[in-house]
This record gives sequence, C-alpha cells and structure tokens, in this order.
Amino acid sequence: MTVAAAEGPAIRIKRFLSEYPVVPLILLLAALVVALEVIRPGIVNERWIANTIKFAIPLAMLASCQTLTMLTGGIDLSVGTIATISSFVMATQVPLAGTASAVVIALVPAFLLGLVNGFGVGICRVHPLIMTLGTGLIGIGCLQVYQRFVIATGSEVPDFLAWLGTGRIWILPHSLLLFVPFAVAVVFMLRRTGFGRLLYALGDNENASRLSGVRGWQVFLALYALSGLIAGITGLLYLGLIKAPSLSLVEPRLLPAVAAAVIGGTSIFGGRGTYSGTIVGALILTVLTTMLTVMQIPEGTRRLLFGVIILAVTAIYLRLTEES
Amino acid sequence: MGFFRRESWNLGLVAILALLFVLTKVVQPNYGASGIVGLAQAALPFAFAAAAQAIVVIVGGIDLSIASMMAVTSVAAAVMMEGASEGQAFWIALFILALGTAMGALNGILIVLTRVPDIVVTLAMLYVWEGVALMILKAPGGGASDWLMGLPIGSIPLPGVPESVSSFLPKALLLLVVCIAVVWVPLKRSKLGLQIYAIGSSEQAAYRTGVPVKRSKVAAYAIAGLFAAMGGLVLTASTGIGAPIPGPYLLASVAAVVLGGVVLGGGRGGLLGPIIAVFILRLVRTILTFLAVDPNVTTIVEGTIMVAVVMVGGVLALRGRRRSAA
Repeated sequence: MTVAAAEGPAIRIKRFLSEYPVVPLILLLAALVVALEVIRPGIVNERWIANTIKFAIPLAMLASCQTLTMLTGGIDLSVGTIATISSFVMATQVPLAGTASAVVIALVPAFLLGLVNGFGVGICRVHPLIMTLGTGLIGIGCLQVYQRFVIATGSEVPDFLAWLGTGRIWILPHSLLLFVPFAVAVVFMLRRTGFGRLLYALGDNENASRLSGVRGWQVFLALYALSGLIAGITGLLYLGLIKAPSLSLVEPRLLPAVAAAVIGGTSIFGGRGTYSGTIVGALILTVLTTMLTVMQIPEGTRRLLFGVIILAVTAIYLRLTEES
Repeated sequence: MGFFRRESWNLGLVAILALLFVLTKVVQPNYGASGIVGLAQAALPFAFAAAAQAIVVIVGGIDLSIASMMAVTSVAAAVMMEGASEGQAFWIALFILALGTAMGALNGILIVLTRVPDIVVTLAMLYVWEGVALMILKAPGGGASDWLMGLPIGSIPLPGVPESVSSFLPKALLLLVVCIAVVWVPLKRSKLGLQIYAIGSSEQAAYRTGVPVKRSKVAAYAIAGLFAAMGGLVLTASTGIGAPIPGPYLLASVAAVVLGGVVLGGGRGGLLGPIIAVFILRLVRTILTFLAVDPNVTTIVEGTIMVAVVMVGGVLALRGRRRSAA
C-alpha cells in the first residue's frame, strides 16, 4: 500500500497505459472524429462511419501482415504487390475460368510468393526487408508480363466481391463478414496458440528461442506464407471495393499499412505489439486521410502533414508506453 | 593476400561487370564508346542514390526517404535555376547541396531525438519530403542552367590521349568519381568515418567506448542527404527540368547496396561495391534491351538477381559461421 501511495499519478497513468496500450489510441481516434465533426459539422453520419470502416478494413488486413511479421522482427514489403497480383489475376480470370476457380487461381501466386519469402527469410537467413522487396520486384514484373497475355480477355469484378466490398447495412459494411472472423482468428492465434507465442518468442530473442528448441525456419516459412495468403485475400477485397483492376491497385496502400501497424504500437524490432492496436491504427489513418481531404489542403501539404502526424503519434506513443 | 580477401566482394563485382561488358559486346558488336558514355549517364542518379543509402546502412540504419529527398532537391534546383545566370547557377548548386545536407541532418536528428526506429522515421519523412517537393512544384517544370546540363554529357577530351581512347571515358563517370571521392575518401580516413563503422557494428559497444553516437549518426544521415542532393542535381541536369514525383531510386538504392556487399544491420562494406552494383544492374538492363527482351522481364531478372545474390550470400555466411563455430 505504501508503495502505491508513494507513486505519483504520472507513474500510475504510465503503468496503466503500458498495460492497456490500446486505450490512448482509441482516445486519439475519438479526438480525431470529434475534430472532424468540428471542422465540418454534420459529416459524421451513418454513411461516413460505414465508409470509414469500409476503407479501414482492407488496410487493417494488409497491416496484419506487417504486425505478424514485425512481431518476429521482420517486415513484409511484398504485400502491396501480392495483393495487386491477386486482384488483377482475379479480375482477368473471372471471364476465363469462372468465379470459383478464379479465386483459387488468384490466391495461388499470393501463397507462392509468401512461401518464397519464407524460404529466403527462414532458410537462407536473408534480411526480411530485402527478401520481400526483391520478391515484390519479381512479382510486379511477372504481373506486367501476365498482363500481355490477358489483354484481350477483358476484366470483370464478380458480383459477390462488389457486394462484399461496397455494400453496407446501416453503419456496418458487408466486408465485416470477412473481417470479424479474420480479426478474431488473428487475435486468437496471437494470444492462445503455440504459433502466436513462437512469433513473440522469436521476435523477443531469436537465439534464446532457438536454444529452447524452436525451429525458427519452420515458423518463418509458415509465417510468410500466411502473410502472402492474407495479402492475396486483401487484394480480392480491394478489387470489390475499388472495382477497377489495375497494375498498381494496392501498391500505394503498402506504406500506410506499415504505418498503421507502427502507430498501433507494434515494435518494428519484434516481440511487442497487438492486432487490436493495429486495427485502431488503420482506423486512425483512415480518419486522418478524410480529415486532410475535407480541409481542402493542397496535395503537397497533405502528404507533409500525413508524414509529420505519423512520426509525432509514433514518438508520443513510444514515450507513453515505454517501460522505464 | 589480405587485399584479395578484404576486397573479395568488390573484385567479384568487377569480374561480373567485365563479364557483362564482354556479353554486351557479343550481343551488340557495335557497342562502343557512345554506349559506355550513355551507360554512365543513365547510372549517375542511381549511383548517387546508392551512395546515400550505403552510408546510412553502414551506420546501422536505413533511409526510405532518399528518392523523395532527390525529388525535393531536383525541383528546388529547377525552380531556382529557371532564368538564373550561369554565375548564379553555381551558387544555387552549392545551396542545393547544403539544402540536401540539412534535410538529411533533419532525418538524423529526428531519429536520435524521438528514438523511433530509423525505418519508421524515414518512412514518415518520405511523405514529408514528397509533400515538400509538391509544394515547391506541382507539375514537372522549371529549368536548368546550360552549365549544369553539360556537366555529365559526353566524354573527357584528355590532352595527349588519342580520341579513340578518350572517347571511352565518360564525363559522367568522372563527375561521379570526383563527387563521391571528395566526400568519402577524407571521411573514411577521419575519426567520424571510424565512428560510423563502429556504430554500425555495435551501437552499444561504440557508446561505451566513448563514441558520440548521436552526433555521428546525425552526421551519417546528413552525408546521405548530401549525396541525395547530388543525385537530385544530376536528375535536373539530365532532364533540364524538375519532377516532384520521386523516381524508382529507393528500391534501386537498396538493391545496389545489398548487391554491393553492404550488410544490412551495419558496420561492413563501402561505397565502391554499391556503385559497381549500380553499373551491373544498368548493364543487365542494356543487354536485355539489346536482346529485345520485354522490358517487364527485365524487372523480373533484376529482382531475381537481387534475391539470388542475397540468398547465396546468406547461405555462405551461415556456412562460414558454422565453420568458425566448429
């Protein structure tokens, strides 16, 4: 009791925050929404909320790849390319192979690229940043070559993807049907399964976990293959959301996905981070983007502010949750 | 023997480069002086980007904002040089170099002050510099002085050397060597250079030995900014205008650094390797163009080379470690 009494409120707040790191993020999100309502009264309505969630969902899925790989001290910079590939292959295969087979055909390259990443990172011990950058480069080249062969077939966005990507009931977009089970699965995996614990262990201290019998290469292989698969599924969702397949559909979303994971409190050095934080991070970025658009700031200033805010939030958050 | 072992990676790169030149000659028998001059010109901005990335990687970081810094310096130069006299243009070029150094230093200061990981800070700064470039110039425009534009074009007319030999010496290569050497050679021999390598090897050990880690880190980023500014000036010089949207220099710089034997994580490698790697990557592109290969396949080949090299390098490193452990 005496110890607790001797602690100042500042220390107690800090301890509370390091125990519940999502709380300040949710507060920030709420503050941003309030600020938005002040700037443009009436903007926060059913449609806006649904739209925000709709755009945050695929971003959060793409960011999950970053969270999972960052937990082990890695990163996956190929997810933008992988998602673009799966969306483009999907759109072009629908008229050729039918919707059901197209889904499978679209996810195969995503899984394979992920597997190659895992092979490089886990078995050849290549730095994840370089490995995923390289496979991303290869992937985009392959996609451009592939485009030559399907240029005549045209493309088609299947109805169910459009329904999933753009539909909504009240403030709930249909894509929640995909996202809620997905998020629950990821959180469950991280908190309750051996695989999740291995990710944290490898990120915390790779040597120690290896000495305690963890076969790191198997975990990395599975992790990056999973990351590729998630990116592939996200690509399909983006296709339904944007409905215009292109060779750079998801590419510009890669860095925001990294930012969402980082803002959400995932440490890029590994061992620390939660998926719930990442989801809030994705929401924050989405609201921020709307805010900068609504304020009618010119493009240049908008990017500048975006960068400054990412940096500021990360720095402050780091200070708040840091264990002293 | 020591020289060969120490420089084994660079010697390997030179051998590959020589092999590629032979291959180019086989594929395109009339590849000659003009081809080499063109190659050097095309490689110039990539080489500066690689040099900038290399020094940051040596200190143990990574800079994702290099391409955006090149864009900022390029548009700033283009805007200021439009309508300026030749004499003014010289001072403008100096100012741009100072600007780049300051931008790099700001990156470094933010990394040191916020204690946010390098990759995150420079990711955020990528947006910031992109924004700044767009604020300076919304669409490609501006101008460049003739003096600057002429700098990397053509070959060096050496007195006493026959034209047939001197035409093989591109001015761009001379420019590159001079610019890099003026900064890098004194740096590598100085205390700061040693400190940069020390921090890259082990930040904690460097700190405990009394290296001013923060200051040296900022200095490394500042020098990277300086190289990026050189790259930006070269971009403006080669096109005559400034473009606010960053080119493909970020990915290329990382690829060249890795191929060039600079280890991600820091402490090892130099600038020579990455620059040779830039020429290798450019030459591969040239060969594939001569072979009339689809330019998209070229991207695949480039990526595959990069991945294959780092994979083989990784496996070799692993073996070496096992052997030394046994």
